[in-house]
Amino acid sequence: MKVALFIPCYVDQFYPAVGLATARVLERFGCQVVFPEEQTCCGQPMANAGFAGEAEPLARRFLDVFRGYEAIVCPSGSCTSMVRNHYHGLVGGDPRYPAVRAATYELCEFLIDVLKIGRVQGRFPKRVGLHQSCHGLRELRLGSGSERNVAAFNKVGLLLQSLEGLQLVSLTRPDECCGFGGTFAVNEEAISCLMGRDRIADHVRAGAEVVTGTDVSCLMHLEGLARRSKTPLAFRHVAEILAEAMGASAAREERP
Amino acid sequence: MASREEILAALRGAAVPAQPLPAEPPAAAVRYPDPVARLADAVRAVGGGMVRTPSAAELAREVAALAGRVHATRIVSEVPEAGGGTLRLTEVADPHDLEGVQLAVLPGAFAVAETGAVWLPTAAFRHRGVFVIAEHLALVVRADAIVNDMHEAYARLRFDGPGFGVFIDGPSKTADIEQALVIGAHGPRSCTVFVVG
Amino acid sequence: MTSPGHAVPAARFAANEERAHWHDGALWLVRQKRDRMAGELPEWEELRERAARIKAHTCSRLAEYLEAFEREATSRGAKVHWARDADEHNRIVHGILAERGITRLVKSKSMLTEECHLNPYLIARGIEVVDTDLGERIVQLAGEPPSHIVLPAIHKKKEEIGELFHRTIGTEAGASDPTYLTGAARIHLREKFLAAQAGLTGVNFAVAETGGVVVCTNEGNADMGTSFPPVHIACMGVEKLVPRLEDLSVFIRLLARSATGQPITTYTSHFHGPMAGGELHVVIVDNGRSRLLADEAFRGALACIRCGACMNTCPVFRRSGGHSYGWTIPGPIGSVLAPGRDPAAHYSLPFASSLCGSCDDVCPVKIPLHDHLLERRRQLVAAPARGLLGKRFTMRVARMVLGSRALYELGGRVARLFLRHGPRWLLYGPWNVWGRQRELPPAPVRTFRDAWRTRGTGHG
Repeated sequence: MKVALFIPCYVDQFYPAVGLATARVLERFGCQVVFPEEQTCCGQPMANAGFAGEAEPLARRFLDVFRGYEAIVCPSGSCTSMVRNHYHGLVGGDPRYPAVRAATYELCEFLIDVLKIGRVQGRFPKRVGLHQSCHGLRELRLGSGSERNVAAFNKVGLLLQSLEGLQLVSLTRPDECCGFGGTFAVNEEAISCLMGRDRIADHVRAGAEVVTGTDVSCLMHLEGLARRSKTPLAFRHVAEILAEAMGASAAREERP
Repeated sequence: MASREEILAALRGAAVPAQPLPAEPPAAAVRYPDPVARLADAVRAVGGGMVRTPSAAELAREVAALAGRVHATRIVSEVPEAGGGTLRLTEVADPHDLEGVQLAVLPGAFAVAETGAVWLPTAAFRHRGVFVIAEHLALVVRADAIVNDMHEAYARLRFDGPGFGVFIDGPSKTADIEQALVIGAHGPRSCTVFVVG
Repeated sequence: MTSPGHAVPAARFAANEERAHWHDGALWLVRQKRDRMAGELPEWEELRERAARIKAHTCSRLAEYLEAFEREATSRGAKVHWARDADEHNRIVHGILAERGITRLVKSKSMLTEECHLNPYLIARGIEVVDTDLGERIVQLAGEPPSHIVLPAIHKKKEEIGELFHRTIGTEAGASDPTYLTGAARIHLREKFLAAQAGLTGVNFAVAETGGVVVCTNEGNADMGTSFPPVHIACMGVEKLVPRLEDLSVFIRLLARSATGQPITTYTSHFHGPMAGGELHVVIVDNGRSRLLADEAFRGALACIRCGACMNTCPVFRRSGGHSYGWTIPGPIGSVLAPGRDPAAHYSLPFASSLCGSCDDVCPVKIPLHDHLLERRRQLVAAPARGLLGKRFTMRVARMVLGSRALYELGGRVARLFLRHGPRWLLYGPWNVWGRQRELPPAPVRTFRDAWRTRGTGHG
């Protein structure tokens, strides 16, 4: 199956290993992966800050770049949700939108729901804390969440737990927000950081060695706090864990 | 009445598109195989007590025992089978004089197994406030008057004319100081449900 | 009146980290109790959906239902009054008291009367107003507004309450045991209840079919306040209606579970007409609600049953406290409602959220709070407001850069260069808000697209 990679702007610029790991994982599962080079940004930072006018041209650009692909896969729950759940207010009238929307997936949900992968063959013998990023969890419903009384499921957890040796640690608050929230991270810096430090403390208390999730934005915020406080936690995007476990990562691309 | 007209006109002017009221009744909640047992659990979970008495004679005995335990000497009873009180509401002109009533024994119309609540209509006796001013409360319901849930409960209520009724679920309580649960905020310090039959 | 915005008081609250964690922990516990209750009802999600639809229906015929309510209430002996705004509400309430020479009033919790600033209005006119909900009495004695709509004194430690009670109602110095303090409050307020000449309550639900008003308390203070004085004044916003008695079952099953994690409040009192020899006045209040109803973007917020679950689940509210919001109703629902009343004063509130969406999932009437907050942001940035001009410029520049591949790649290269080679003192200068407590992300030499291009043939 041909898959177009939708690599969030901040992944492209600051966490290229995540993009490469995403491509490798998809290729390992038999996908032909292409990267439409004209892509830049889905417009989420503007849209979330209320600047719909500034987000609209970027949304239209997204449709220009990604139209015609049967699958558009993104290693970010929030960027995926932007396209699936928040583009209707910006480009809802555009005839290209329905098809692009239907084709856009976050990586884990693509593996499970489209490629029907229930388990990943690979080894990752570490204690792993899963940070369930909010947009992925509550907008894409990657998991059932702690608030609702629905049958429990966790797509990201399912993939991770299928890896040999991986222990998912038990957090006291499995889906509390990390406090990144886009411009919130700067506008409400004090609360943002307190929220992030509390998440880190939860992972440390639970015995995590590696903290993972579907969104590098959350991990970037948590890692920033952890490094400043010299907390010995490693941060890896789910794609990186899957790629490494499957032996699909080139040593040079791995992060320290 | 200008305000009334203005408000109503403003609300009408909002031109809200029609939305239907859900037609089907609420989804069937749990039907408890043993409503009395479930009621007992529910009442106890909210800090109340429950006593099952097969007969009226036993009821009177148990109520007297309760009165003894709480050292109640000023007792109002609107449930004849539970024994007479020491004070008759019909003889109290001013409800303020009920301050100091240590036990009120009142007739519940029915109880709700889901929540442990007892429905107390007050039309049958004078001074509805007796249920909240008494230091201790006893509510008497028949064993065959226990409904499963609040949907069944509301199906039994009617308010064709003026009147007051209250669902009472255990003793008065508060957690307003550091979320520490304290029983007996302004109302009764204890609530015992007597299930008769 | 402008409030300082949320961020500054929030930062002050969070600076006392031990206390912020204590506050956060207390509210998280309430959230967990709600979870337990929701988990015990298999039909929980259906109940929420049903409640949402009943409220949506009611709002679509609000005038009609209010007229029916008035008819039914009046036929049972209640007197119904209508108030366009806060001022008229206060005048009506005062008028009822003044006409009867009443100077001692007891009140049970009513966020509506907080919104209208009723207490100072009455006090200035010689009426003694005693809030009887324990949490409300605490903040009243402390001279503060409530910090939570259901748990008004959640921000206060028992030692502080002990000290307050020692000063105001004569408890022992240094005593802080909640049972002791509550017992003292019981005696103090019992005196007030018995001396009161009128009782004022809010209305949790009003029933159009029967003209009744329903008041829910755990303490019994609404009943103490309305069963002994001969005059009961019940104040309600127009949106408190439900169509039929049977609809109450849905809301009563949801309210206490969502608010405090109990199956039902201790007392759920149904008032139809006055008690014998007494009076019941129902004051129906608009105060901006009809305007909200007319606003298609936000009318869903009228469904709110004031349970506070959104506050308990909000990670920002828990760590910043209700007073940081600067309005009667704080937290997520407050942040949706307040800017509708005064965009200039409350411009910061919709931004005082990380948009995590947890509030949506706990709201018993399924108000789409997350979407409402986003829409508030859109409307606030569209209208020129202070604090946002610089932001708009930045966003415009960002859009221009991101709208062109060449500019984006160039901009990224420059930024990463600066991050890699800039001296630490410059990178982490006062301009760098991110850098106060966090390290900046790494700035790799090669981007993903650089690596992809040199990866090998056959792709792209």
